[in-house]
Amino acid sequence: MEHLVNIYLYTRYERFWHWFQMAVIVVLLVTGLEVHGLYSLFGFERAVWLHNTLGITWLVAFAFFVFWVFTSGEWRQYVPTTRKMFAMIRYYGYGIFKGEPHPVPKRKDAKHNPLQRLVYLSLAAFLLPVQMVSGMLYWGYNSWGTWGLSRLSLNWVAVVHMAGAFAIISFIIVHVYMTTTGHSISAHIKAMISGWESVPSDAAIEDWEKKAKKPEFVLQ
Amino acid sequence: MKGSSVTYSVWVWLWGVSLMLAGPMDLSAAEIGVDTAPGRTMAVQATKSYEQWTTSDHSKHAALKQAFTSGAQITEACLSCHSEAETQFHKTIHWTWDAGKNAKGVEMGKGQYSVNNFCISTNKGADKSCFSCHPSWNGERKVVNCLVCHGQKEVKWDEAFEDLNALKDQTDEGSKEIYAEILSQVQTAAQSIGRPTRKNCGTCHFYGGGGDGVKHGDLDSSMAMPNKALDVHMGTDGRNFECVRCHTTIQHQVAGRIYTAPAATERKSLIQDDLAPKITCESCHSATPHKPGHKANDHTDKVACQSCHIPTFARVNPTKMMWDWSQAGKLKDGKPYKEEDELGKDSYLSIKGAMRWEKHVKPEYFWFNGSIQSVTAKDVIDPGLTVAMSHPLGDREDPKSRIFPFKVHRGKQPYDKINKTVVGPLLSTEHGFWTTLNWQDAIQRGQNALGIPYSGQYDFISTTYVMPTTHMVAPRENVVSCTECHTRNGGRLASLAGFYMPGRDRLNILDSIGWLVVIGSLAGVCLHGLGRVFANGRNGKNGGNKGA
Repeated sequence: MEHLVNIYLYTRYERFWHWFQMAVIVVLLVTGLEVHGLYSLFGFERAVWLHNTLGITWLVAFAFFVFWVFTSGEWRQYVPTTRKMFAMIRYYGYGIFKGEPHPVPKRKDAKHNPLQRLVYLSLAAFLLPVQMVSGMLYWGYNSWGTWGLSRLSLNWVAVVHMAGAFAIISFIIVHVYMTTTGHSISAHIKAMISGWESVPSDAAIEDWEKKAKKPEFVLQ
Repeated sequence: MKGSSVTYSVWVWLWGVSLMLAGPMDLSAAEIGVDTAPGRTMAVQATKSYEQWTTSDHSKHAALKQAFTSGAQITEACLSCHSEAETQFHKTIHWTWDAGKNAKGVEMGKGQYSVNNFCISTNKGADKSCFSCHPSWNGERKVVNCLVCHGQKEVKWDEAFEDLNALKDQTDEGSKEIYAEILSQVQTAAQSIGRPTRKNCGTCHFYGGGGDGVKHGDLDSSMAMPNKALDVHMGTDGRNFECVRCHTTIQHQVAGRIYTAPAATERKSLIQDDLAPKITCESCHSATPHKPGHKANDHTDKVACQSCHIPTFARVNPTKMMWDWSQAGKLKDGKPYKEEDELGKDSYLSIKGAMRWEKHVKPEYFWFNGSIQSVTAKDVIDPGLTVAMSHPLGDREDPKSRIFPFKVHRGKQPYDKINKTVVGPLLSTEHGFWTTLNWQDAIQRGQNALGIPYSGQYDFISTTYVMPTTHMVAPRENVVSCTECHTRNGGRLASLAGFYMPGRDRLNILDSIGWLVVIGSLAGVCLHGLGRVFANGRNGKNGGNKGA
């Protein structure tokens, strides 16, 4: 058995953002599905109010995330790559059952494997913005006239928003399951709480996985 | 700890920013009581100075200190001061029963060619029973009876004047005494003058269609002295509004009639323009009457206030929901008879047919721009369909239309099989259907009176007739809840199609695919997990989840 070392992988803000986002998304899903007519939990009126209020709150919080991801340079963690992607696919489809080592171990400057990069980028740059924009439109239904959007159909806004919701539910299922694929069942969850992740000390990290080097012309 | 208090402040600020952005979702609004909601504040502003005042005590007027022996004398006395009142009143629909011409050039109105599925037609005045509601004396359309609306004492005028005539030449003391007593009663009644009360208006409007609550589900005798639970505005334990509080009047033209033209063409607030007739809810309550941030404020562009605030009508007295004239004319032991339902109302009358009465009726909802289209005795109808004798006009694309609650009265009534027109049988008088029970003759006489040809062949058609529901506004605790409309099946607005309503509508294919994806994801991870557990067992301890 290989030797594990602890590295501090997730900063306080990242962890906060992760769990905050989780809580908000869960309540948004629960209230959203109630508004969709699936069940009665909070009561329609309260569900609508919660959904709207949390949606708007989340918009603001997301703006902070965007600010953080660019100012901290963490955006580089989300740059998509195909290198080792097939190794990842092979690992999850085959190697994991054989007990093979993870092909892309985590490092401070390479937190995400190629599949994670792709999924998180799609999430942060596409799915969540689509949800936010369609949600904003849905919420602002009464102002469509003044926004010059009177030709828009609430039906299609609702359909897009609902489709996004299904995609998010699917993501959550797979995402939660993936937390069990660490060196122990709860390792990844513990890491997202404490910030410290155990990784094999002997695992090599390749240059391309690291944060891009700062451009030389930047004065330091 | 300093750090945590900073974090706390940041989050309080963040929350604040989000709430400001949220605008209508402002949490602080929750702290504002409903009583200080802008709508209520505006309503109070618009009505608080209401105090009936007068500078005239009619019992002191010399003109009213006469010994009146006929209605016309009383009216003459009124007009000796109110010189223009009769001229004004003659121009109002209350007198003419004439609503002007429709798009096809047909004169509308009760006194003209309009027909309904209650007593069908006034036959241009030939049907004398209709005149029990005409504001004139002795059932004749001659002299205006000011006291129908302005008298504050209930007097059976016809009887009183009949008795006076019979007694005037009697010389015995007993008769003289009674004569003097009736004279004094009439005089006192003529001197008891005021603004119309609920009772005055109710004399006719509570009994439309020939009985208490027959026609309107939201106007019956229970509205003479309603409590707040029945009508939050008129409740005698609340604001205690009389009808004229909202149905304002200019030169005897009473505002608020909804028929060929909307009650108000503009949804203006009194605060914006105090010349607006005080007849829409928005006149007093504004277009955003609820507490700030309440979703209901966003509904006012599409949903009329009445739709939520009148959950049911006929809450005290039953109202007639169905009238089948085709059953009329049956006899028992050779005589007309009647049957009563469990509400104590007539469910069958030989002269009227079968009827159904209901209480606590949920309205039906339609897009409504304030005008109602109705059939006249001259219109050609399609007997194969249920004929909408009256139907609300409006469309969801029309910014002036709202979803509005209606009482829908369903009927079966006679029509001309050849000419395909609704016929107006003569009902009252010695030759009317109510006396003869003879359709053929009654229809012929009724059509003659209307001046419309009758082929001689009649049958019955199914009809509907709508009445906007706008009275019996319930207190806010009793309003329609969100889920009574925003629900998958059987909601109040289930019949209104063509637009997306959250909670009611969905794209079925999307939901199907969506749930398949969700279930597929679950199945996928379960299989993957099982595979790992299985492989783990085979590969030995810790073999399956090595690495991160």
